[in-house]
Amino acid sequence: MIYEGKKRIWSEYQKEIPEDNYFYVRSCIRQNFFPASEKTFLDIVRNRLGKDFFETQHHTTCGGIAYHSDAIPQETVMTIIARQFALMTEAGYKNYACSCITSFGLYTETMETWKLFPELEAKIREILWKTCHKEFRIPENLAHASDIIYKFRNMIAEKAAYRLVNVKTGKPLRVVEHIGCHYAKMFPSRGVGGAEYPYVLAGMIESWGGEVIDYPERRHCCGFGFRQYLVKANRGYSLSNTHKKFESMAPFKPDMIITNCPGCPYFMDRWQYVISELEGKTYGENGYGIPVFTYEEVAGLVLGYDPWDLGLQMHQVAVEPLLDKMGIKYDPAKKYLGENGKYIGKPQMPRFIKCC
Amino acid sequence: MTPDINFGFGLSKSSRINLDNADNEKFRELAAREPDILKCMACGSCAASCSAGNFTELNLRKIILMLTRGAEKETVRQLESCMFCGKCILVCPRGINTRHLIKSIREIYCRPCAEPETGNGI
Ligand code: SF4
Ligand code: SF4
Repeated sequence: MIYEGKKRIWSEYQKEIPEDNYFYVRSCIRQNFFPASEKTFLDIVRNRLGKDFFETQHHTTCGGIAYHSDAIPQETVMTIIARQFALMTEAGYKNYACSCITSFGLYTETMETWKLFPELEAKIREILWKTCHKEFRIPENLAHASDIIYKFRNMIAEKAAYRLVNVKTGKPLRVVEHIGCHYAKMFPSRGVGGAEYPYVLAGMIESWGGEVIDYPERRHCCGFGFRQYLVKANRGYSLSNTHKKFESMAPFKPDMIITNCPGCPYFMDRWQYVISELEGKTYGENGYGIPVFTYEEVAGLVLGYDPWDLGLQMHQVAVEPLLDKMGIKYDPAKKYLGENGKYIGKPQMPRFIKCC
Repeated sequence: MTPDINFGFGLSKSSRINLDNADNEKFRELAAREPDILKCMACGSCAASCSAGNFTELNLRKIILMLTRGAEKETVRQLESCMFCGKCILVCPRGINTRHLIKSIREIYCRPCAEPETGNGI
């Protein structure tokens, strides 16, 4: 598509993202997969940008995984969500920000459903009152955390210690952006840039000096797909989807991948190892994989956080080739040292995919 | 290659078809003889009403779709179980003479039908 055409489509899908005062909720799985992403996000918005983000320990899972695996019905998930909204109401906030794309999709779906079926909203209010003695207001604004980083991308660029530029060649890094399916494929107007040309990550990449890669399977699912993964016998579907994406992007020689969903970076990172074991094939340069990052990790790198404080040692695919390209200084000896210098253990090296 | 690790699941081949590389010569011949095939909207009514399809893999909707993509190998053999009863003609909302279409498909795609595995040699 012609670039001007894309710009026009993006302009039709500009969502309102409030400046400040958010009730922030974490994802139930991201802290295991990418342990420092949410911590980094809060540090950036609170301490670097001076914004108000409130968290409560009473927040729970949104129920998304159980819902999308057909383990619980929609009413149950709506009641869980109603309880989260009640926590926001009690805390005195109106802007709701969530870290997870599955949750974001589910909150959007719930709010849209209540608009169309007010009697269902009334039923959920009644259930919530009977079970928890809580009442709630629907958020005035719902943002995904990547919307917020997108909004402040230029402020982050101004404070940047590093840019998405290859320091050896001076050329922009070639970046694949992968958007979680539940961000805008269900409700395109709720995402920055809509479903087909979401701009949320592309905007960050451009602002931080990188070059966005367009490739045939750009909008294909990462392969997670809930039931595809949860049932072991079905995992081949998940793997094959990821394989399809990598086969499609590889000819464009990406330096890195940025994602905004809990599942996508996990599967695109870990499946590269499984593909290498099954097929003997790797997609990065010199036998490495293509490093996959969350947008918070990339924002952290750009702002000069220590890569090991960002939890990058938890990645399957080695991140060091990318750190070297960006000219980021790091201490390889500290990679497997956790808090207070405690050794956290080094994983066994795989057969094919090269790791550091 | 054989993996050392048994993950308990594997990689399936992509079903993506590169139309630039597909061999569509036979399909062009078929479409010239049966232009109605281009009207098929893949609704699947024919497959749903097919008695033979109830007991075998025969699925006309899938066959038509695969032929348009130049991928006939897996599908044309399914036509061996067609009984030429014509029930699919009655249900096709696009008015395609599906029975005649099946006959033409077999004539064009099973040309070296002397081969024993291609069935009854129509
Ligand atoms: S003519 Fe063949 S394909 Fe059509 S309904 Fe009869 S058996 Fe099925
Ligand atoms: S019923 Fe007709 S239109 Fe529908 S799939 Fe069969 S041939 Fe195509």
